[in-house]
Formats: sequence, structure tokens, C-alpha cells
Amino acid sequence: MTNQKMADNTPLLEVSNLRVAFPTRTGMAEAVRGVSFTLAREKLGIVGESGSGKSMTGRSILRLVPPPGRVTADRLAFNGEDLLAASSRRMRDIRGRRIAMVMQDPKYSLNPVMTVGRQIAEAYRVHSKAGAAEAKRRALEMLAAVRIRDPERVYDRYPHEVSGGMGQRIMIAMMLIPDPDLLIADEPTSALDVTVQMQVLAILDDLCSQRGMGMIFVSHDLNLVASFCDRILIMYAGRVVESCRASDLHAAQHPYTRGLLASLPKIDERPGDLPVLSRDPAWLES
Amino acid sequence: MPTLKRGLTLLVTVAATLLGLLLVTFLIGRVVPIDPVLSALGDRASAESYAQMRTQLGLDLPLWQQFLRYVGDVLQGDLGTSVLTSRPVLEDVLRVFPATLELATVAVVLGALLGVPAGVFAATHRGRWPDHAIRLLGLIGHSVPIFWLGLMALLLFYARLDWVPGPGRVDVFYEGMVDPVTGIVTVDALLAGETEIFWNAVQHLVLPSAILGLYSVAYIARMTRGFMLDQLRQEYITTARVKGLSETRVVWGHALRNIAVPLITVIALSYASLLEGSVLTETVFAWPGLGLYITNSLLSADMNAVLGGTLVVGAVFIALNLLSDLLYRLLDPRAR
Amino acid sequence: MTAHTDTRSAGWREWLTTDTPQSRAQARLGRAWAGWTAFRRNRLAVAGLLIVLALVVVAALAPVLAPYHPYAQDLNNRLMPPSAAHWLGTDAFGRDILSRLIHGARLTLMIVALVAATAPLAGLIIGTVAGYFGGWVDTVLMRFTDIALAFPKLILALAFVAALGPGIENAVIAIAITSWPPYARIARAETLTVRRADFISAARLQGASSLRIILGHIMPLCIASLIVRTTLDMAGVILTAAGLGFLGLGAQPPLPEWGAMIATGRQYVLEQWWVAAMPGFAIFIVSLGFNLLGDGLRDVLDPKGD
Ligand SMILES: Nc1ncnc2c1ncn2[C@@H]1O[C@H](COP(=O)(O)OP(=O)(O)OP(=O)(O)O)[C@@H](O)[C@H]1O
Ligand SMILES: [Mg+2]
Repeated sequence: MTNQKMADNTPLLEVSNLRVAFPTRTGMAEAVRGVSFTLAREKLGIVGESGSGKSMTGRSILRLVPPPGRVTADRLAFNGEDLLAASSRRMRDIRGRRIAMVMQDPKYSLNPVMTVGRQIAEAYRVHSKAGAAEAKRRALEMLAAVRIRDPERVYDRYPHEVSGGMGQRIMIAMMLIPDPDLLIADEPTSALDVTVQMQVLAILDDLCSQRGMGMIFVSHDLNLVASFCDRILIMYAGRVVESCRASDLHAAQHPYTRGLLASLPKIDERPGDLPVLSRDPAWLES
Repeated sequence: MPTLKRGLTLLVTVAATLLGLLLVTFLIGRVVPIDPVLSALGDRASAESYAQMRTQLGLDLPLWQQFLRYVGDVLQGDLGTSVLTSRPVLEDVLRVFPATLELATVAVVLGALLGVPAGVFAATHRGRWPDHAIRLLGLIGHSVPIFWLGLMALLLFYARLDWVPGPGRVDVFYEGMVDPVTGIVTVDALLAGETEIFWNAVQHLVLPSAILGLYSVAYIARMTRGFMLDQLRQEYITTARVKGLSETRVVWGHALRNIAVPLITVIALSYASLLEGSVLTETVFAWPGLGLYITNSLLSADMNAVLGGTLVVGAVFIALNLLSDLLYRLLDPRAR
Repeated sequence: MTAHTDTRSAGWREWLTTDTPQSRAQARLGRAWAGWTAFRRNRLAVAGLLIVLALVVVAALAPVLAPYHPYAQDLNNRLMPPSAAHWLGTDAFGRDILSRLIHGARLTLMIVALVAATAPLAGLIIGTVAGYFGGWVDTVLMRFTDIALAFPKLILALAFVAALGPGIENAVIAIAITSWPPYARIARAETLTVRRADFISAARLQGASSLRIILGHIMPLCIASLIVRTTLDMAGVILTAAGLGFLGLGAQPPLPEWGAMIATGRQYVLEQWWVAAMPGFAIFIVSLGFNLLGDGLRDVLDPKGD
């Protein structure tokens, strides 16, 4: 099965000197400026402030950076296969089947005029020869797997008829149904109520470890990422400024990371003024 | 209940619009310099019968009472008598309307079959040459005088190339050979099992409906492009691509499904404007529909027929507007 | 010399494109300049502008440009095909078609100008009054507008002309009467966006009357979108007027109105096609000009309505 690849030593994903640029009136604006990392079947967290290029990094892996954006890299390889050189036909085989992505807000990322069941079944059928009945059965199973209590009922609902938390679980079901090797989760919980955030994360965590998938988990929330992921990348202005194991985060060196850590509220201290993050233009060059 | 209330509001709006239309046709009828009494009696009426007719027509009543009487008559289906055909206008209109319906329906189907793909194609190629070409073609379509284009098309395809038969709904020797069950010649011919007449009628239909449809192609394409661009920006489109769907499936299966409802509204609206636009086309192609009826009546100052015809076109126009609104509520899962 | 002009025009350009205009006039001119540069890049729109300008020039200089008098008959030269003497041929009375088209430009321009001066103005007044006063004034006026908007325009125009009697003035009146509602909607929408603005409240506090505020502050802000809409509509007006002429309800013979010329050429169309074809080309070109111009203006002045 897909897990055979685990045996050899090729990493799941290799990214080297990834750049994403948008043409503007005053020349090219780089959103991602030379990001490099490798990923095994582990959970990698990417943290950074808004606009630091986290989403663009995720989307370039799927080659879904919206035009007129341009992606270049010294190496962008999935299971040893060069993604930038792949035909668009091959890319479509990879999308969904090998690499999937959960997006931020289920309110906008589900098709509003299709029942959620059909959307999940469709995700299954693109990559298999299964018939409609088989796809529906698998979709119902998947809905149960994301802990939806009454799959039959939910199957025939439209996205506006389900809550945000349920919508995101549906999204996860849809992305995991073809059994991909890598899941990119782009702020999968930030549009949800705090109360359901943990539920959704738990489901994501369980399913990922059951299936032995790799995951890239994008978030604003350093605490969350530190507790959820194995490794962490800190991004600033399109660059990776820090890369460490989650357990070693407290030993981080870069002043930006130290600033982020210092601004986290701590339980055992009296809350004083939150420190203002300092930014050094030199970090843009490092 | 909100649906009930919305339904009532809609009903009141439609009633008010129809009443407004009646008021306009009524007022037009009053400003005509033609004396309705004389046109009913002829020039040589005696003073006595003139006065009698005047009372009978209610012309000595105050204006608002005349209007009420007019509304009452129309509600009972009395649109007056045509001077030209000496028949009740309603009867005339019902006889000629199917021809217009046939022409406009085929035209709007052609318009949608060409306009929707053109609009989708322009949107998916935004800013590149297919987009510009479709935009330019649309502007050209909106700039051609339709009656002139009809004449030129007859000249080329009928007189010079002989690809299509000439004006009219069927060849002369087929005329009156099938029972007018629906009044739509193609349907009637099929009902009567006359395939030969059916094909003849279809050939007659091709040119006028293509010319009439041209106008709605431009409009439908433009609206489709706008709707489509809106949808292609949405997140769910990215989701569909992430799933590994082909671009064709993304565009035609996901995005188009989302614009289906507003598109149906647009198509219904352009259907309405085609019914209206058929006036000029029918004149050129000697198509015996409502448009030709109205223009013939205009030229002989047959005001009852003109106003009756206007009223019917107006009512259908308003009804189609209403229908598009209802369809919207029926079809969009978010509005249900 | 050239170097001198170059620096001077560069200076102007800089003054126009500065980010920090020194006066309101400079800011306004700068905005107009930015619009013009955007407009100039759209080659089709420039073509449209040139067509419309050509229409104006031809109409103004008609007697000079036309090789013959538009009514001059020459029965020995009836229905002649295009030739060196008659570039576009002659009609059933031996009249020169080119000369008639050139004089017909005056009629077309007159129709366009009259409709453009009346219908948008009526819509502007109704829309701004409704939007500014709000409440029941708004409700009544907009209900009225909506009802009028739902009418079939062309058929009503036909009925109006039938009632008023054929003729070019009545055609203009009928077209104007049936085309004001969209302008009222646009003007009202624009008014609603500025009604609560601070500068309107300031003017009111200074004791300006409603009339003054509407005339001096609100109407000017509605102009841009109305101009776009009017330009785009003018193509339709030309086609409607030509249609009325074609049906014999607009300009009457011997006036060289293009639609009426097509109608008279119709009976010869199978043999002497140019009699009907040439006026149609003229209508098409002019109407396309307005459409191209309006489309370009929309991109510049109203980019949101993509
Ligand atoms: N279509 C575009 N044209 C130009 N620049 C763009 C475009 N899309 C994104 N960018 C730029 O790319 C940069 C990175 O965007 P990205 O969405 O990756 O940020 P992010 O880290 O995901 O932020 P957030 O936390 O807000 O989601 C942003 O600064 C943005 O300005
Ligand atoms: Mg993002």
C-alpha cells in the first residue's frame, strides 16, 4: 500500500529555496522568499504572523498559487517526484489522492449548492473507479469516522445547514476519504468557536496517526502548534527564521521567536503589559 | 410567516405593475387624436347616433370612472374590437401569439446555448484574447440594427445562396394544411404526423430565430462572464481543485452550478425582451405573430389592436419577470 | 527646441501625477489625467471615441462634406450601383446615398442629443430627490420607478408614437419617456452613498437649503455613473430610433433618416442591395462607436462593475 514508501529513506516532501512572487505595478513582490524544509511522516507546524507567506507555501506544494503568482524552487519534490516538472494531468492525480488540504473556513470552502454528501463522494470517486453506491457507503463511513453522529441525515444537508464545527469535520472527511499521504491544514480551526476547536483538532490528530500521514499544520497560535506538532517552522516576511523540534522551542535562538515566546501569556505570572514584538529589518536578509 | 409575507409583497407588486401598465395604455388611448366614436361608427354617423355611441362607450363619464370601466373590461377579457379585422382584439391576439412564442422560444434557446458557453469561456480566459474577442463580438451584437441584419441575411442566405426558404412560417403551398391545435406550426405538424411540413417549418424558423437570438447571446454571455468571475474567486473552487478535479469539472460542475439560478433569471429576462424585440424581426420576415399584428395595426391607426397587443406583451413581460423571481426562490437551496 | 518642449511636457505630467497635489483643482485634474491614461490604453474605447467625434464633425460640416444635395433627384440615374460619381450608389429617386447619409448624421445626432439631455436629467432629479429625502418620498418615487422599469420599452414607445402621430419629435419623446427609470435607480443609489457624508451635514449646518444641497453637492457626484450609462444607452437609442424610422413611425420622407432609408430600400433589396445596406452600415458603425466608448468609460469611471 501507500505506506511501503516509508521503508526507503526518501522524505515525504522536500522543499528547497521555494519562492512565490506576484507581479505588481512596481515590480515583483515576493510573498515567499526562499523557504526550505523536509518532511517525513510527521506533524510539522508553520507559525507566523498574517501575511508571512504560510498559505502561499502550502498552496505552492499543490501548485495552486492563484495567477498571476509565480512559483520557483531549487527542489520541490513529493516522494522523490519533482512537483514543478509534473504535468497538470499528473498534478491532478496527486491532488486529493496523495496530498490534500483542509482550508480555513468551512463556510466558504464548501460548495454552497451541493449537498455535503455529494461533495465527499465526489472526492472519493475522482480517484477510484467506484460506483455511486460504493462512494456513498464510503462517504457515510468517513462521516462516522469524523464523529458525526447521524451520517445519513448529514449526508443530504447543504453546507449552510450545518454548524461551523461540523462543516470543518465534513471538510476533513472530504480530504481524507481518498487516503492521502500528506495533509496540509491551513488554519483549520481558526474560524471555529473555541469550544469546538479542540474536538476538531483531536479528530485530525487521531486520523493522521491512524493512517500514518504526514501533516503540515499552519497556524497563528504558537502554543497550539507547540503542543500539537513534532517540529516547528517560524516564518517571518516570507522566510523561515527558526526551525526546531517542538520540545526544544524554549531554547529557540532567533530574536523574533524569543519575542513571540515572551508575548505568550503564562499562567503562573501576573499579567502585566504584553510586550510589543520588535522587528529588525536585518531579519529580512538573514 | 416570512414566505407568506414575501409572497404577498410580490403579489402586490405585480398587481401594482399591471395596474400601472393599464393606466399607461388607458392614457395613451385618451391622447390619440382619433375619435373613438367615429372610428366605431364611421364618418357618416348622425348626430343622434353619435351621442348615443358616446354614452355607450362611457366617454361622457369623468376620467377616473372611464379608467375603472376600462380595467373592468380588460379583466373580463374585453380588449375592444379591431377596426382592421373587425374581430375582438383578444381573439386576434390569441391567434397570432403562438407564432411569436415559437420564434422567441427558439431564439432564447439558441441565445442560451451559445451565450452561456461563450461567457464561461471568456471568464476562464479572462484578460486574454478569447475574452477580448467575445467582448467585442458582444458589443457588435448590441450595435447591429436587427431589422437590417434580417434583410441582409435574407438577401444572402435566401436570395443569393438559397440555403433557407424565404419569409413566412411555411412555404405557401403548405399553408393551412395542418390544424392549428397549439398554433405553433412545428408542434402542430408533428401532432398531425406531417414530417415534411415540420421540416419545412423548421427551415423557415432558422434564420429569424438566429437573428433574434443574436441579441440575447451578447447579453447572456456578458452576464455569464460576470457571474462566473465572481464564483471563480471563491474558496470552494480551490477546494474542488484540491480534490483533484479537472478544470472542466471545476468550472462546469462546481462554478456553473452556483450561477445556475441567477443565470435562469437572466435568461428569463432576455426571453421577455425577445418577445418584445420580435416586433422588428417579424416585420422583416413576414412572420405572422404579435409583432407583425401590432405594426400592421399601427400603420392603419387601429388603436384598439395596438393597445390590446401592447397590454398582452406587457403582461407576459411582467409575468416572466415574476417567474424568474419565483424560480430563484424555488431553485436556490439557500433561499428555500 | 524639442528638448525644451520635452522638459515642459514632462513638468506638466509630473504636476498632474503627483501624490501630493497642492490645490483641489490640481487634484481633480490629476484624477482626470489618470482616467485619461487608463482610457487611452484601451484601443477599442479610443476607436469608439473617434467614431463619435467623427459623427459630430460630419453632422456639423454636412453641407460642406456632402457631394450632392440630399434631396436632389436625378431620375435618369435611379438605383445606380456604387461608382466614382456616386460612391455609395443612388436610391429610387436617383438621390446620392452618401450625401443622404451625411445629412442623416445630423438627425441621428439630434435624436441622441435630445434623448441624452432629457431622460437622464429626469432620472437624476427623481433619483436624487428620492435618495435625499428618504421616507415616504423615496418609497413613492421608487415604487413608481420600479413599475415603469418593468414595462416593455420598445412596445410602449411604439404605442406612444402611434398615439402622438409619426414624426421625429414624437419618436424622441417616446424614447425619452420610456428610458428614464434606470437613471433614477442609479442616481438614487449614488445619493444614498453620500447622503450621510460629513460634508453634506456641514453644508446643512451652514444653512444651505435642500435644493442647494441636491443641486450643488449631490447631483455632481452622480454625474460620472450617469454619463457611463447614458453613453452605453445611446447605442440602444440609435437602434430604437432607426427601428421607429424603419416602421414608418419616426422621421418622415424625404428626411434622410437612416432607418427610414432602409425601409425605402427594402423593396429593392434583392437587386439593388446597396440602397438598404449602406444606411444600415452607418447605423451599425455609429452605434458600435457609442458602445465601445461607453464600455471603455465604464472600465475607467466605474471599475467595480466589471
Ligand atoms: N494575488 C496576490 N497578489 C499579490 N500579492 C499576494 C496575492 N496573494 C497573496 N499575496 C501576498 O502574499 C503574502 C503572503 O500571503 P499568505 O496568504 O501566504 O499569508 P499568510 O501567512 O497565510 O497570512 P494569514 O495568516 O493572514 O493567512 C501576503 O503578504 C500577500 O500580500
Ligand atoms: Mg493564510
